Amino acid sequence: MRNQDPAQLIAGVRGGDRLRLAQAITWVENEHPRAVELLAALYPCGGGSHIIGVTGAPGSGKSTLVTALARAIRAAGQTVAIVAIDPTSPFTGGAILGDRVRMRALSGDPGVFIRSMATRGSLGGLSKTTGGVITVLDAAGFDRILVETVGVGQAEVEIASTAHTTVVVEAPGLGDEIQAIKAGILEIADLLVVNKADRPGADKTVQALAMMLELDGTHARPRRHHGRLVPDSQAATGTPAHAGQGESRDDARWRVEVLKTVASTEEGVETLRQRIEAHRDWLLETGEWTAREHLRAAHAVEALLRAELERRIRAQWAALDVRALVEAVAQRRQDPYHAAQRLLAGH
Amino acid sequence: MNQQGQHSIEQAPDASAAPGPLDVAGATDTTPAAPRIRVLVAKPGLDGHDRGAKVVARALRDAGFEVIYTGIRQTPQMIAEAALQEDVDVVGLSILSGAHMTLCPKIIELLRNQGQSHVVVVVGGIVPEEDIPRLQAAGVYAVFGPGATTEAIAATLRQAVAAAQGQ
Repeated sequence: MRNQDPAQLIAGVRGGDRLRLAQAITWVENEHPRAVELLAALYPCGGGSHIIGVTGAPGSGKSTLVTALARAIRAAGQTVAIVAIDPTSPFTGGAILGDRVRMRALSGDPGVFIRSMATRGSLGGLSKTTGGVITVLDAAGFDRILVETVGVGQAEVEIASTAHTTVVVEAPGLGDEIQAIKAGILEIADLLVVNKADRPGADKTVQALAMMLELDGTHARPRRHHGRLVPDSQAATGTPAHAGQGESRDDARWRVEVLKTVASTEEGVETLRQRIEAHRDWLLETGEWTAREHLRAAHAVEALLRAELERRIRAQWAALDVRALVEAVAQRRQDPYHAAQRLLAGH
Repeated sequence: MNQQGQHSIEQAPDASAAPGPLDVAGATDTTPAAPRIRVLVAKPGLDGHDRGAKVVARALRDAGFEVIYTGIRQTPQMIAEAALQEDVDVVGLSILSGAHMTLCPKIIELLRNQGQSHVVVVVGGIVPEEDIPRLQAAGVYAVFGPGATTEAIAATLRQAVAAAQGQ
């Protein structure tokens, strides 16, 4: 049963066989020698899923919010897959993937599929193979795919080039106004959520985030051009609008909103789901969906290119005594710049 | 079903499981890394004492396993469903309530019915000596009592998974 060929797995993924789907994901995660065949066959079948990234600091309640959001999505009659990512220990290679503990309310529902993934050494908040796993789930026909990143800090923004809609989760007491002004994770948000909004300080957190959005002026995620972030040429310097109202002065521009939720009681979660849907509608109406698909494709190709280049360079090292070279750098007999050049040159 | 199957331990010789892009020093280790063993640690039944399960989960993480931890009060159906979605190699059941003779065969039956008879099932907790052969007859690979060391558990799981995958 475990010795599959790709055709069996492809048919299973396309035909709703959950065991084959799970095994296909394992192939992708383990970079099985034939995983590329599998992914190449499944890629053209995809494109139908709305991919929603949920990211935020550890302890902000991402898993509970994802669970509540998945229940709301199911109540709206759509199927949902969840990819929940937790960190791999850099020392042992092991991991504890604990997101399912908070997801028990979803068990027994055939319209839900949950997969836990370890980062296996990646640092961007996702794992190297998350994109491939999304390709499999997309081809399996899930209406919505929720991708929960590891608990992130300020720089793990990879999710923004993987998802169509990025939800950044904050919680009261995790940071002050200065944190909110810092660049990085808040800039990738299409929707900002203050979870645990029943706790003291929630309104202060909402205010701080709303103020940051007003300073930002555009209330919109920076656009990208040829892979670079560029300021919106129409960036408004005029009247700052109030965050949290939803309707924009300029209908063509998405305004980032600050929403309040209490995921444990599902308060505010249906509103969040509706705003995510509104973002999807906006993406489709403005052509931004196509732009983000382009960005996602560029990111995928670039990531694969990097992996292949790294593999080729490492293959060249077979003839080199890398340990001795590193030792020479450690003893300052060799400088790291020329050591790296030697590794690149392969001699 | 197992003897023909070994897909998940095949590995391209160059597929690197290096912990990070800057792992220059580790690159001279040419041994191909085996895919991480995935273990579901679950606590079926009604007792809420999960300290043992958490200690084992932590120890397995430190031994390099990927542990999917599901928490307390899991039904056999919930455990089987999680084992399927996560495509695990091992299901570890922590049982202190004495209900092992009903819970374990039920879970093993559900795993078999969904096409996962290759999954290794082990039990940890308080199990009377005389029940161990009966559990093994029901398909439990090993039973770990309070004296079992975490090293022994990790070693047993590695062996069992290698055997189940036909190596």
